[in-house]
Amino acid sequence: MKMRFRVISLSAPIIALTISFGLSSLILLVIGKDPYETFRIMFEYGSTGKSIVSIINRSIPLYISAIAVAVGFKMGLFNIGVEGQYLMGTLVAAYIGAQFSIVTPIHILFIIIVAVVVSSMWAAIAGYLKVEKGIHEVISTIMLNYIGTGLIAYSLTTLFDEPNSNYDLPRTAELPETGKMPSLNKFFNIEDLQDLHGFLAVAILVGILYYWLVWKTTLGFDLRITGSNPIAAKFSGINPKRLVVIAMIVSGAFAGLVGLAPLLGYFHRYTIDFPTGLGFAGIGVALLGRNHPFGMAVGALLFAFLQRSAQILDLNDVPKEIEKMMQAFILLIVVVFYEVIRRFIVKQQIKDASKRTDE
Amino acid sequence: MKKIFKTLSNRYIVFMPVLLVLVVAQVETYSQLTTSGTFGAAVRLAIPILLAGLGGLYSEKTGVVNIGLEGMMIMGTWFGAWGGYTFGAWQGVFIGMLGGALFGLIHAIATVSFQVDHIVSGVAINILAAGVARFLNVIAFKDVQYASSTASPRIQGDIEIFTMPFLAGGKIGESETFNLLGTIENLDIFLLSDISAFFLGFLSNISYLTLFALALVPVSVLVLWFTPLGLQMRSVGEYPAGSESLGVNVYLMKYIGVTISGALAGLAGSYLVVAGTGTYLEGQTGGRGFIGLASMLFGNYKPFGVLMGSGLFGFADALQLRSPQAVHGLLIVISIFLLILTFKTFFEKKYKVSILSFLFSAAFLLWFMNSTSIPNQFVYFTPHITTLIVLSFANQRIKLPEKIGVPYKKGEIN
Repeated sequence: MKMRFRVISLSAPIIALTISFGLSSLILLVIGKDPYETFRIMFEYGSTGKSIVSIINRSIPLYISAIAVAVGFKMGLFNIGVEGQYLMGTLVAAYIGAQFSIVTPIHILFIIIVAVVVSSMWAAIAGYLKVEKGIHEVISTIMLNYIGTGLIAYSLTTLFDEPNSNYDLPRTAELPETGKMPSLNKFFNIEDLQDLHGFLAVAILVGILYYWLVWKTTLGFDLRITGSNPIAAKFSGINPKRLVVIAMIVSGAFAGLVGLAPLLGYFHRYTIDFPTGLGFAGIGVALLGRNHPFGMAVGALLFAFLQRSAQILDLNDVPKEIEKMMQAFILLIVVVFYEVIRRFIVKQQIKDASKRTDE
Repeated sequence: MKKIFKTLSNRYIVFMPVLLVLVVAQVETYSQLTTSGTFGAAVRLAIPILLAGLGGLYSEKTGVVNIGLEGMMIMGTWFGAWGGYTFGAWQGVFIGMLGGALFGLIHAIATVSFQVDHIVSGVAINILAAGVARFLNVIAFKDVQYASSTASPRIQGDIEIFTMPFLAGGKIGESETFNLLGTIENLDIFLLSDISAFFLGFLSNISYLTLFALALVPVSVLVLWFTPLGLQMRSVGEYPAGSESLGVNVYLMKYIGVTISGALAGLAGSYLVVAGTGTYLEGQTGGRGFIGLASMLFGNYKPFGVLMGSGLFGFADALQLRSPQAVHGLLIVISIFLLILTFKTFFEKKYKVSILSFLFSAAFLLWFMNSTSIPNQFVYFTPHITTLIVLSFANQRIKLPEKIGVPYKKGEIN
């Protein structure tokens, strides 16, 4: 019986994908492009070896960001501030990590810890404001994003700027060799392609850690029960205030890892053009993947695929921004259909239950 | 008299800083704090926040949380710029409103008809709006000069500007009139000059669009509290099942509320373009939709409260744009205010808070003494940090609509 509902709930993302592709095709038709041809080019380009490595690389921070958001979502807490949290954490980690050099594993572990601590502290502010001052976390985290951006811009030009550099724009010093994450190309035997970020391993571990944390620990149980029924949670002895702060800190800790894949694997320093927007993209992935570690992985890969394969479109005179539209369509339609199907399943369960009592 | 004194001491959180700002503004370096120019800029910057806040009000009074205000505002900026470029300034305003209303409608469909979680839908709307605006901009202005993927060309024409005759020296026909408030401002009399500067900011060189936006404040009071429609809308936010039983069309009311909300957010966005930059720029809204939401909370779900809240944020924004030195003056204001708070909490025997505010007060004083200006990057987030500080003082006495954020399905009791 349960299997049946699982299959039904899987249909939501499939319906959403179909409709989004339909809508995007319609838009392409309106602006006078052939949708079939467009999608064919995208798929062809997106399935080359180089693209696949790039897609995996892009999906790593997306996935971790989605997990950071999902920890909050599980208890009905909206951490929109992953954006600011990961940027703060990455900046400080990049700065401190460049100051010394020890054996690679310890060095990288140290950088990770710094990023996690800074990000979770920044996230904790929002938790505190919610619990003590009653400010909704959506507003406080958004404001903290702007404040964080300002603080980063300030400290990057003063405190953390590389000393004696002849480079025009502010940036931190480069990480020493020991602080760089080795790529996985040797492992997969694809040495002719560009670097596959070694952080992939961490991302997989993070997925497992998230699963264990949410479904196998008391904290995870508290989170889930508060998310599905706050009143019942309160009566079962959960302290909601304490839980909000803890959830925010855990969410921020995951957020700390978001920027590390590009930092350790590619940029090796924090610069002005360090990738932003991963925090917001993560919200979409979490919604699409329904906070499930596997679903979010699929979502992250899908969005990464769209991003990468859209790069070819400009050469074919199709605006590549169509990809942003597609992501947004998928997101909006999928949340609608999840709700529709959730209601359908609840109805079915009630029907089944009443049938059983009748018998 | 006793009553006035009592309200004053109850609202010391509001009045103390105002008084301190007035005193600090007497110092030459910080005089920018209270000039008519600053107030004028504050009005211009407050209007988008005000409109977004009013938008939030219409939606939330019917029980639908509208985090998507920012996205609807983004639509307002793009459609406003497109309409302004194609047809002219006022048409741009109207089209921007329509663009916002369209996204309000989408939010309504998702939250009302499909009962999607309001915040989830709002977040999705924000992401959708950013994508749509970018895409439309690329499509619509592909081969137009001075346009790029993140900016539109300049709009045609302007909104006319109005200056009050006699009080602010506006013209009647061709002849100049006396500028009463301007003269008083230049006399530099404590309080009196500052007050006339305040009114001068409202009355001179003010766009008709600003006047229209300000007029929406009393209109909103009228619509929401003095019409049958407003009563129905508010009842839906408080007790939908009860309203349903009295024959109110709950879904329709929510649809109306959220769509009006979108239209107002769209107006806020097109204001940024039409009365501000003259072009659409990506990221131009800069979180003002959320600040609007904050001003609604600050204003305790009342239109005039929203006006006050947005005025405060507009003022913070104006200072950061016009005069970074003046923002530096705010440091000493904060320091003194925290010192007062230290004594107050000390006599109330809240020693922990007292010590904390004393430490912060000292820190701000040190910062003030050891610097001559605030770094640009800090000035940039003045409105955002103001939002957090203001909300953390104001949030305790908010009266939310009873069923805010609760999805309502016909025939279900909740």
